[in-house]
Amino acid sequence: MKSDGFVHPSTFILQPSSLPTKQPKPHKPIIHTPNDATSMSPNLRFIHVWRRNLKVWRKILIPSILGNFGEPVLYLLAFGYGFGMLVGDLGEMPYMVFLASGIICSSAMFTASFEGMYSAYTRMDVQHTWSAMLGAPLTVEDIVLGEVAWAATKGLMSAAAILVVATALGLVANAWALLALPVLLLTGFTFGACAMVVTAFSKSYDFFLYYFTLVITPMLLLSGVFFPLEQFPAPVQVLAYLLPLAHTVEVVRPLLTGTIPEQVLLHLAVIAAYGVVGLMIATRFIRKRLIR
Amino acid sequence: MVAVVPANRRIDTTDFTFRPTLHRPRYAAYHGVMPHTPDHVMLAAQPSPTIPSLVTARGLTKRYDGRTVVDHLDLSVEPGECFGLLGPNGAGKTTTLRMMLGLTPPDEGELTVLGEPIPARAREARQRIGVVPQFDTLDPDFTVRENLITYASYFGLKGQALTARVEELLEFASLRGREDVPIQSLSGGMKRRLTLARALINKPDLVVLDEPTTGLDPQARHHIWHRLRDLLSSDTTLIITTHYMEEAERLCDRLAIIDQGRVVACDSPRALIQAHIEPHVVELSGHAAALWLDKLGDLPAGTRLHRVGDIILLYTQDPRPLLERLDAGSLRYLHRPANLEDVFLKVTGHDLRD
Repeated sequence: MKSDGFVHPSTFILQPSSLPTKQPKPHKPIIHTPNDATSMSPNLRFIHVWRRNLKVWRKILIPSILGNFGEPVLYLLAFGYGFGMLVGDLGEMPYMVFLASGIICSSAMFTASFEGMYSAYTRMDVQHTWSAMLGAPLTVEDIVLGEVAWAATKGLMSAAAILVVATALGLVANAWALLALPVLLLTGFTFGACAMVVTAFSKSYDFFLYYFTLVITPMLLLSGVFFPLEQFPAPVQVLAYLLPLAHTVEVVRPLLTGTIPEQVLLHLAVIAAYGVVGLMIATRFIRKRLIR
Repeated sequence: MVAVVPANRRIDTTDFTFRPTLHRPRYAAYHGVMPHTPDHVMLAAQPSPTIPSLVTARGLTKRYDGRTVVDHLDLSVEPGECFGLLGPNGAGKTTTLRMMLGLTPPDEGELTVLGEPIPARAREARQRIGVVPQFDTLDPDFTVRENLITYASYFGLKGQALTARVEELLEFASLRGREDVPIQSLSGGMKRRLTLARALINKPDLVVLDEPTTGLDPQARHHIWHRLRDLLSSDTTLIITTHYMEEAERLCDRLAIIDQGRVVACDSPRALIQAHIEPHVVELSGHAAALWLDKLGDLPAGTRLHRVGDIILLYTQDPRPLLERLDAGSLRYLHRPANLEDVFLKVTGHDLRD
């Protein structure tokens, strides 16, 4: 439908300078100073990428929330009540309380990993969203950082949603639990960055299954999410502590159960190291893939 | 009388009358008047030393796995012109464009775009460039308007000025009334127009278009051409790749024919036709033509023959002796003026390219 103000294409003129005029046109200066185009400081341009993903997420809010929220909550309830009956208490802690903190951590991991793989790959290879961004004044660094920041945000959102449910079920000790949120954001960042490394090498969606089967699932089972790490022989425990998720659990579980986590800086340093190294590798290989 | 059209209309910016129009060379051709370009026009095709070029490439080279895709390419694009990159598939057109945008690092050579060294300051250059990519990169998660606004955000554009710009561009792309539809429901032509509008969001000094009308129907192509001419008249510089000869002939002030990564010819369409091809072309096709040619023996003096598939092209300065013999043989033929396609076939060879 044409609006009342419709101008026929043949009469449309983009800029006033295209009107017929007897005057010679002044020569457009070659050196141009950005006027309406803000030259944002380079380390903040990733926000454009982050915000683009947020805008899309807001359009599909309901299914997004159900996906991030529904499945972990089901696990929590089913395992917690079903399994919890058999297990009873772990030391002083009811199994349900133990499990809730574990699932909050693993949910940040899963959500960020999915976002950094399936969703990011779709934007890279299927929808060519990144290629459009590269035609604009954004760089591969901006895009990768923006995507990882977005994966971290989604990881945090899903973990926070379960935290709300856990609080409602009386599984959270006190308000110190809020301190878990920045740790979960960092966890999301780390798993988002590692997922982007996988994305950088993927030829199709099928490739992600390797990463889930060979890395994410073993990590989930070894990191003290469902049962205490101390159950395992020492070498397995060492292996678990070489991976980031166990460190997230070590910090988040005490915060949710009202005790003080130990060696916080060490745990955070391991998580952050995976994140930073993952981001650097992802950036390098995605650049190699797109800028060629 | 054919108007004299300088090959580079930006040489004298005070003379406003000589803008080459779409129809002029064709008009002349249809009326059987062969354009004759005086020598000074050929001289004018040289870049003026007083106006810095918008794009300068010197010795630009790109290799993939030892295969040279762009081979010591030299180019300069002047402010305000429409510059065409013409070439068979795989000639290096898209690679050249990607290098200009800093998306492909050259292996050798120097490249300056809008005064910025590329790829070192490609991001800064892209702040002032509009890009129409060969393949659709519109955001399928957004509506028409959201596509423009989101793309603008990549340039750091927002606020009232942007709102006004978006309205202007919706008008420009004739997408009024479709602002809020998802882009999946747009036709190919509408998507292309939206992509062009999106490329203009930052009021670019230079717009780079990679095969902008490939796959469009004639109406949609004419609409895009119309818009591109609007841009040219508002002093925007265009670089366009195409393998449509008529597109190049209609739009481009100058064009470079690229083959195997090298510039094999570079000038205005008219000057290229003039320099490379005899003015008269006679086209024959089919079995009867081949037989006639066999029986004919020698062609009239000064006639050059080329075959493209089953088509026989005869190029000549004076067509009369040839036409007499053809008429005597009562053969079907097409007598036409030389055009850009003849130049293209001559300088890039007649083999099928993939």
